Amino acid sequence: MAEVKFSNITKKFNENVVLNGLNAEIRDHEFVVIIGPSGCGKTTLLRMLAGLEEITGGEIRIDGVLVNNMHPSKRQIAMVFQDYALYPHMTVEENMSFALRLRKAPKAEIEQRVSEAASILQLTKLLKRMPKQLSGGQRQRVAIGRAIVRKPKAFLFDEPLSNLDAKLREEMRVEIAKLYQRLDATIIYVTHDQVEAMTLASRIMVMNHGVIQQVGAPIEVYRKPANLFVAGFIGSPTMNFIHGRLAAEGGKLYLKNESLSLLIPSFLLSGTAEHDGREVVAGVRPDDVLAGSAAHEPNKKYSEKLEGVLEVSELLGHRENLYLKVGQTRVLATVEAFFNQSPGSGVALRFNYENMHIFDKASTKRIND
Amino acid sequence: MNKESVVHKRKKAVKYLLIHLALIAAAAACVYPLLRILSVSIRPGDKLISTDLSLIPDGATFAAYARLLKETLFLRWLWNSLLITVSTSFIGVSLASTAAYAFSRFRFAGKRSGLVLLLSTQMIPAGMLILPLFLMIMKLGLMNTYLGIIIAYSVSSLPFSIWILKGYYDTIPRSLEEAALVDGTSQLGAFYRIILPLSTPALSIAFLFNFTTAWNEYLVARVVLFSSQQYTWTLGLFELQGQYITQWGMFAAGSMLVTAPVLAVFLYSSKWLISGLTLGSVKG
Repeated sequence: MAEVKFSNITKKFNENVVLNGLNAEIRDHEFVVIIGPSGCGKTTLLRMLAGLEEITGGEIRIDGVLVNNMHPSKRQIAMVFQDYALYPHMTVEENMSFALRLRKAPKAEIEQRVSEAASILQLTKLLKRMPKQLSGGQRQRVAIGRAIVRKPKAFLFDEPLSNLDAKLREEMRVEIAKLYQRLDATIIYVTHDQVEAMTLASRIMVMNHGVIQQVGAPIEVYRKPANLFVAGFIGSPTMNFIHGRLAAEGGKLYLKNESLSLLIPSFLLSGTAEHDGREVVAGVRPDDVLAGSAAHEPNKKYSEKLEGVLEVSELLGHRENLYLKVGQTRVLATVEAFFNQSPGSGVALRFNYENMHIFDKASTKRIND
Repeated sequence: MNKESVVHKRKKAVKYLLIHLALIAAAAACVYPLLRILSVSIRPGDKLISTDLSLIPDGATFAAYARLLKETLFLRWLWNSLLITVSTSFIGVSLASTAAYAFSRFRFAGKRSGLVLLLSTQMIPAGMLILPLFLMIMKLGLMNTYLGIIIAYSVSSLPFSIWILKGYYDTIPRSLEEAALVDGTSQLGAFYRIILPLSTPALSIAFLFNFTTAWNEYLVARVVLFSSQQYTWTLGLFELQGQYITQWGMFAAGSMLVTAPVLAVFLYSSKWLISGLTLGSVKG
């Protein structure tokens, strides 16, 4: 398997700079998910690694070997495309064996590898079919099979599940997780779906505007987002952001805006006077907002009680989303179903300090531990 | 059944009737001249100028066919035409398929203007090209040769073929070639192994266009070829028209015989003209 190193990678399309001095390392046997919004450069990075896109500047090394000008097939990587890219005029078997046939591998070896991959992916019965006779999920499995057969150093996945419906996507996600456990391969997986990132990755690489925002284990990225972008991008529903200014009063620190005044305890953000007057954004996930009767009990881990008004509630089944307004500040709370309050009614709420994040408004960087 | 649906059904029936009448009339207009040629070709020699309109005339005979094959170089002309047409079609399609690939997939200076230039050559009337073609072929020393006429035909149908093929390649997802590149082909390998097999409908159309154009061409052949041994059938049949007498029977028999190859090519390639071959390869 392989280690991949991106050093100072730059990519320009005419005058448009997509990646600017990007550095990253992917370790052997690691499942790295590159996630970011459309146009953030994640697919470009993957295509550069595959050799399908020219590198404007910098170096890409696979296992220490510089591959900048190496033909895609010499890089010993396999890629699964977003649109599957199955050869329409070939059967499933021919699709899967194409690379080996090109390499003039012995017939027995080709048969053995294809049947092995087919049995892993439950494609054995479909080997003689043409791609157009397959369902979306089956096509995706063939595309993965085509990659497995080659026994590459690294697998590259370019948004492989984005064309599948929700149920199939869930199934394929589990399949890919199982496959990773089985193959123990290096996998680099590009997606904009954070559920895929959270569930599949050993490490997540969050990108925006061609810049890596944060790299870390999924739970680390979720619990300790490095900046406002990561905080807003990872997690569903999206994190609540409370904009305001820090004020030091009587040895204590408060987050104040026109709607509320929130004590910021020292275990959340150390130091008082040095933060006075600093414009910040406090982030709290909807799951960390206590609402309704639960918020009436005082709790040291939680903020003081705030009074909000319920605007809309959404029943999701076992959970319920409450869209609240505290003065002019909007807050989303996700609570146990059934909340049973009608829109317009007053709702008490508290924020969980343990999972609160403070970001500097100017730099957007996280400033609490 | 209520009144409205009866009226609706009647209207529909009348519409179908009118459409079919129009189609039958159009079909008849197309087929009638062919039938008349067939009729003339099998008339006995003394009834050629007859005004009889029956399809199979009294005393129908294949004598004109026999005379055409025996007394003229018709078979030779047919062979010449076939040789020139098939060569032209293969050369034309081969050149167009690679040129169109470059236009479809690569970015290079002059790509757009090149395409427009190719298209604009199609606006020039064929007659205007005769003199330049004549001069070029003469300077190349290829007058009265197969090669000369093959070159002239191949290049004149290139622009159309390039446009047809480029348009088709554009619809083939690039990810297919990229997958092939990752799998181990070269760019050219991806073209031969993936793009070409998927382009059979467009290649067939380009081939048919080259074939029919070259098969029926007269003007350029008249200028380039001047010995009857080298004639194509179009020039050969014209030979039958004498100053005082025209062999209408043989003329018609020849006309019937030359439709056979074109018909055969059409029937054969029709199975390749089924589009939608790329269905199922990518999402959707």
